[in-house]
Amino acid sequence: MDDTTVADADETTTALTDDLLDDELLVEEISIDGMCGVY
Amino acid sequence: MSATKSHLVEQLKTGLDAPICLTWELTYACNLECVHCLSSSGRRDPRELTTDEAKAVLDELHDLQVFYINIGGGEPMIRRDFFELLEYSISRGIGVKFSTNGAFIDADKARRLAAMDYLDIQISLDGTDAVTNDAVRGEGSYDTAIRAMNHLRDAGFGEFKISVVVTRHNVDQLDEFKALADSFGAQLRVTRLRPSGRGADSWHDLHPTNAQQRQIYEWLLAHGDNVLTGDSFFHLNALGEEPLPGLNMCGAGRVVCLIDPIGDVYACPFVIHDEFKAGSVRDAGGFAHVWKHSELFAELREPQSAGACASCGSYDACQGGCMAAKFFVGIPLDGPDPECVGGHGEAAMLAASAIDRPRPMMDHSKPVRVATPERVPVTIGRR
Amino acid sequence: MRRLLTPTPVSLLDHHLELDQQVALRPEPFGALAYHYGNRKLIFLKHPDVVRVVQALADHDTLADTLRACDIDPARWPSFERALASLTESEMLHERHEVAPR
Repeated sequence: MDDTTVADADETTTALTDDLLDDELLVEEISIDGMCGVY
Repeated sequence: MSATKSHLVEQLKTGLDAPICLTWELTYACNLECVHCLSSSGRRDPRELTTDEAKAVLDELHDLQVFYINIGGGEPMIRRDFFELLEYSISRGIGVKFSTNGAFIDADKARRLAAMDYLDIQISLDGTDAVTNDAVRGEGSYDTAIRAMNHLRDAGFGEFKISVVVTRHNVDQLDEFKALADSFGAQLRVTRLRPSGRGADSWHDLHPTNAQQRQIYEWLLAHGDNVLTGDSFFHLNALGEEPLPGLNMCGAGRVVCLIDPIGDVYACPFVIHDEFKAGSVRDAGGFAHVWKHSELFAELREPQSAGACASCGSYDACQGGCMAAKFFVGIPLDGPDPECVGGHGEAAMLAASAIDRPRPMMDHSKPVRVATPERVPVTIGRR
Repeated sequence: MRRLLTPTPVSLLDHHLELDQQVALRPEPFGALAYHYGNRKLIFLKHPDVVRVVQALADHDTLADTLRACDIDPARWPSFERALASLTESEMLHERHEVAPR
């Protein structure tokens, strides 16, 4: 990761996805019930 | 929370192009008058969406690729077109879960439901005995629910859900609820009571005490493996090191929302109030336009201010709690949750003026009939 | 790649995978949502490259072929293998019956 300030949304997305690649978790299951705001 | 999970949550908080799922209250009509009803249901609203209007909404949801809908009300099975809408939804590739008090599930209906695919059923129950349950849901409602469950089991429906609103009076029955669900091969769901709808009046008597909140948290950690919560207890995460399973985020207006019986779109079913109304499916552009362009939803999809909670070390865990809970007790949205486990909610509630407290705006409660000594029936509105 | 002296089980890379018919794949800005109508599981595909690979499975023989065709850097193949194994476990993906690419 470089040290430059993240200036715009595109760079932020790239930064996040770079983090994801490092983290190597490309899929994630969420509970179909796991969202507050529905019955 | 893992780094990847917080990334995911941050992305979800900015909102998706379409809901993942949503709640759709089909009618304000209901055969019951539960004291905590979030939608203040009882009487049908004459402005209810027609069958054709409802199908048009389903067509839109199909185009948006909404995966499934949670149907409720009132009592959704009261609608004459209930099965027609169910079948239409499924035919359009939208799965259905519906929430019911069970009054209209007889052996015949149970068989009909069992024959349907991509359908889930949730039976509401608030006590493991008639005394506890009926005090909240009305006389005979416990028997009604159990009878419906028996019919579903006899018809071979498969796994249905039993949905419980946790109150001061049923907190000690959590083990029994689990056993009841197990006995039916059903899945238990426990959810948080909010001061919404008629719940605004009963909340102070019904909501769990601080000690009981800890009881709920610890029970969920110890026994909640197969228990659903609708992610409604994330405000309790501040109680300990171990967070409850779930995304621990408010999805209202971001990944979920409510469509009410007259087609109004709200952030979630617990905030049926003008303050949280995003638009109407009857407006030009329909539901899709509301989801994508509503000012309210745009605001909710912005980063939220921690406000008064910014200096609290627990904010990351509890996210400031539930906006519906705050709103209806008169606490500002960037203030503490009324049930803040750190105790900050109590002071905030005292500061909230009774005059400023929002009143539920859509009240479809049935009028209370009182016979005077002269035996002249007088109709009094519930509020 | 290291050569192992002992025989290894067939890696997922050599499998012929396809997306289950009951799965809806909905593109999102960050990747995609995958929803299985049968088992009701919901999975986030958190990177557009994973989405591309899943969508390309039908056009290639093995997973390895698909990854190659999608220009995925071999250094990333282990994490893609893990991701697709996870999708297979959730029944979102399964083994194709026909082996030849379409």
